Amino acid sequence: MSVASDTIALGATGGGGDTLVRIDGLTVHFPITSGVIVQRKVGAVRAVDGLSFDVMRGETLGLVGESGCGKSTTGRSILQLEKLTAGHVLYEGADLARLHGGALRRQRRRMQMIFQDPYASLNSRMSLGHIVGEPLLVHNLRPRDEREDRVKELLNLVGINPNTINRYPHEFSGGQRQRIGIARALAVEPNFIVCDEPISALDVSIRAQIINLLQDLQRRLGLTYLFIAHDLSVVRHISDRVAVMYLGRIVELAVNRELYGEPLHPYTQALLSAVPIPDPVVEERRRPVVLAGDVPSPASPPPGCHFHTRCPAAKDGLCNVDDPVLREIRPGHFAACHLVSATDYPRIRSAEDRAAAAGTAAAGPADKAGDAA
Amino acid sequence: MSLNGDSLLNVTDLAVTFDSQEGAVHAVDGVSFAIEEGETVGLVGESGCGKSISALAILGLVRMMNNSTVTGSVEFMGRDLLALPEHEVRSVRGRDMAMIFQDPVTSLNPVLSIERQVTEGIESHLGLSHSDAVKRSIELLETVGIPKAAERLHDYPHQFSGGMRQRVMIAIALSCNPKLLLADEPTTALDVTIQAQILRLMKQLSADYGAAIMLITHDLGVVAGMTERILVMYAGRIVESATAKELFGHPHHPYTVGLLRSVPRLDEPRKMTLQSIEGLPPDLAHLPRGCAFAQRCVLRSEQCRLERPELLPTTPGRLSACFHSDQLVETAVASR
Repeated sequence: MSVASDTIALGATGGGGDTLVRIDGLTVHFPITSGVIVQRKVGAVRAVDGLSFDVMRGETLGLVGESGCGKSTTGRSILQLEKLTAGHVLYEGADLARLHGGALRRQRRRMQMIFQDPYASLNSRMSLGHIVGEPLLVHNLRPRDEREDRVKELLNLVGINPNTINRYPHEFSGGQRQRIGIARALAVEPNFIVCDEPISALDVSIRAQIINLLQDLQRRLGLTYLFIAHDLSVVRHISDRVAVMYLGRIVELAVNRELYGEPLHPYTQALLSAVPIPDPVVEERRRPVVLAGDVPSPASPPPGCHFHTRCPAAKDGLCNVDDPVLREIRPGHFAACHLVSATDYPRIRSAEDRAAAAGTAAAGPADKAGDAA
Repeated sequence: MSLNGDSLLNVTDLAVTFDSQEGAVHAVDGVSFAIEEGETVGLVGESGCGKSISALAILGLVRMMNNSTVTGSVEFMGRDLLALPEHEVRSVRGRDMAMIFQDPVTSLNPVLSIERQVTEGIESHLGLSHSDAVKRSIELLETVGIPKAAERLHDYPHQFSGGMRQRVMIAIALSCNPKLLLADEPTTALDVTIQAQILRLMKQLSADYGAAIMLITHDLGVVAGMTERILVMYAGRIVESATAKELFGHPHHPYTVGLLRSVPRLDEPRKMTLQSIEGLPPDLAHLPRGCAFAQRCVLRSEQCRLERPELLPTTPGRLSACFHSDQLVETAVASR
């Protein structure tokens, strides 16, 4: 577990506590252009749409959501790898968007990234020594004669034999490459690491090794993680707090135990209910909520609450009109839903449970497009 | 698991070898199992363990690949598909035995309309006229939950979302009322909420159509809710076979034990650290002499390094390929 445990009352999005990174109104729109010679902007993919949250020093903040919800763009734009359309990213109080050139590079030393695909994120023409040693060179961190020792030390830290320093990435398996990617990120001694789906490209038996390594490194080096993933069980395992994204917005953010124990937002409830449990006895009894339809396109998100088109609890005239704001419902527990209050929230049930509650006989055959009409 | 002749599918000693510069790669290394009519069987394993190649070999698609050698027998509805000439296998493939592939983006032809792709099998296998085939296609697309099926028939794959494309794939697979459906990671490319939709659909349709399903996946959660019996593969071999409940309750092979312990579960308290399986899967071109899992195994002994364990009965109806299964069986009995 990291410094910030479940029990610490976190100031969270509003501030307070020991904030390392503050994200304020983060917005990233990608233009859709038309025309051959003169490219006119005809629309925008609203990948990230006004996010505000804090990352506390020493914690692991999990960021979950389905593909296309903007979680990777969020991670990349925090590190200034995407140009922000609006908003600010404050690292220890300094606005990164205002920094350029050398000043930005110096700040980047404090923030690193671990990428999803260990095959694409290592240059196949560079030896291990060069891959892990390059950040030292760029940031001029160690005298030339000490660099090789430092690279060996880093490889040792992530569980790669330091004698392989002259080998090339193709000689390593996916899990080993991910370790090399981690060593490269650690080379500049960062405080904050964005882990973008670091285990989803790996095999089941290798995933646990990498998760354990990340947790071990966090304990030893006092790292802060933004852990981006779509696997809710893994995020629960590794995170202190969790933010759930849907179509470019955060819909719920809470301490791990609260979010998984009593999810308030209908989307979080449905998402958790859809995760299959690796136990046939449990699966037999479970009645998962099956959401109807697909995630709408971020190029033309629905008006009002982005989730209202699939939400079984949506209220006409409210949810399809007004944008819900991310509000603090309980201390440290934020949700963006009109129907959630401090005393009550909509409880999403599966078709079978609703049928049972309505007093009808055994649940009828599941309707084909899903439960919620 | 009965290996007699009246099972729907009877795979015996199936082996697939690819020639490579590093020598022969034993992708599938002597696999035997049977599937009864209407049964749902899960084939679980990590990438490279031979689960997809097994499915492709059963469908007779591996022998078209270069450098491949397929041996053993695949008896389906009383005929050995490996011994049949290609044109006779064609009459089975897509009709009595159908496949759902992992990636709905690449497994549909992007330049053909959905109509062409759904009617193709119906016309060639069932001999329906095009207009009858179109009617049947509309019914099928409605069955798999595609709204406004009649209008959408003229659309092309890129006009459908990932989940909808997978529904189209399922419609094509079901179009000739197959006896056996091979589903290779059918939901791996999909999001969690869409995965729930597709799994529910497959479960319901297999019951309606009485089709047997072989579900191939690396996701233990998916097989747990979907299948009655599970085969676990490692390095080209089946290492354990049991009913889903028995396998998840008390695994008899150390690899299965490791797999189950290494995944965090939403319904269990959080742990400080996960129990991982150390090391890496072996190189299929240079398999060790003894048990392929021995290097990573907590129960390994000298015997494991020298001899290869056979898949043998442990308790009634269960098989495990491990010299030390009895230890796991005993602890299971003791914990009851």
